[in-house]
Amino acid sequence: MKLTVNGCDFDLPQGEAVDGLVARLGFAGQAVAVEVNKELVSKRQHPTTPLVEGDVVEVVTLVGGG
Amino acid sequence: MSASTPPITESQPLDKPLVVGGLTLRSRLIVGTGKYADYEVMRDALDASGAHVVTVAVRRERLIDSEGRSLLDYLDTDRYTILPNTAGCFTREDAVRVARLGREILDQLNNPGKDWVKLEVLGDKKTLLPDPVGTLEACRELVADGFKVLCYSSDDPIMAVRLRDAGAASVMPAGSPIGSGQGVLNPNSIRLVIELLKDADPAYPVIVDAGVGTASDVVQAMELGADGVLLNTGIAHAKDPVRMAHAMRAALQAGRLASQSGRIPKKLYASASSPWTGVIGYIPGE
Repeated sequence: MKLTVNGCDFDLPQGEAVDGLVARLGFAGQAVAVEVNKELVSKRQHPTTPLVEGDVVEVVTLVGGG
Repeated sequence: MSASTPPITESQPLDKPLVVGGLTLRSRLIVGTGKYADYEVMRDALDASGAHVVTVAVRRERLIDSEGRSLLDYLDTDRYTILPNTAGCFTREDAVRVARLGREILDQLNNPGKDWVKLEVLGDKKTLLPDPVGTLEACRELVADGFKVLCYSSDDPIMAVRLRDAGAASVMPAGSPIGSGQGVLNPNSIRLVIELLKDADPAYPVIVDAGVGTASDVVQAMELGADGVLLNTGIAHAKDPVRMAHAMRAALQAGRLASQSGRIPKKLYASASSPWTGVIGYIPGE
């Protein structure tokens, strides 16, 4: 299924949840926050939040800022 | 230094610590982590600044071309309280989203800053001036959601009061535009902001945020009565950031002590410090 992840097209197998996407992106175990369709998905909800075709996902972290 | 005037150290403070949103800060200087040439310089400058609270931004993870190093590798999250900002947000909706994302990350890090946000809702990309209406709306929404909101504002005294009354844990008026290095452009406004914000509660924290270019700007902000200063570019873009961080730390202490000491009034004429009595030579008019 096709998703938009951080503004880019992304192909993910059907049936994956947020934790699966985070792992595929290489961010498992890292401090990242995830939003699906502008709604925050907390870390404990990652395994139980399925992704569906067309979802718009943001995966963010902390960077230098003022 | 004589025994009656002990050196000012963290173990012998001459001052009460600043309390913001229930958290007692070890330093009145809050510094940003942006714009550094590299992470090593940032780490050393943060150390030299003596800061307890450091600001960070929330941004998309890079899906490709990740260099493998991250800010968090260089930020001791046991030492620093991390204050995530909503920099780059131009709407209430985006600022609230970013604040929640920041809280989610800090929650994973178990950092004391997890309920904090430095709220910025910008109105214009060129000036980075705040959108007062969006800021006020976002402040209300975030306070209702349990955030301690440290709120970036213009130096408008009435706007500052509106933000305080909306529940901001601290209002942070800009000395001048973000990153401009122009210092405190309107000292009268900053004085009025401080006076009005502290009207009901003198302990209400007012932090001058933005525009600080050099140590004297920090001194001035503190002498005007600010409780603290938040700055980033002034250190990060100095030729020697670590040395400037030391300067900002010393300036903050100097300005704070001066502000508490009751400065002399400014006078038009001179006032000799040595007595006239006993002068052995000619004195005009005598």
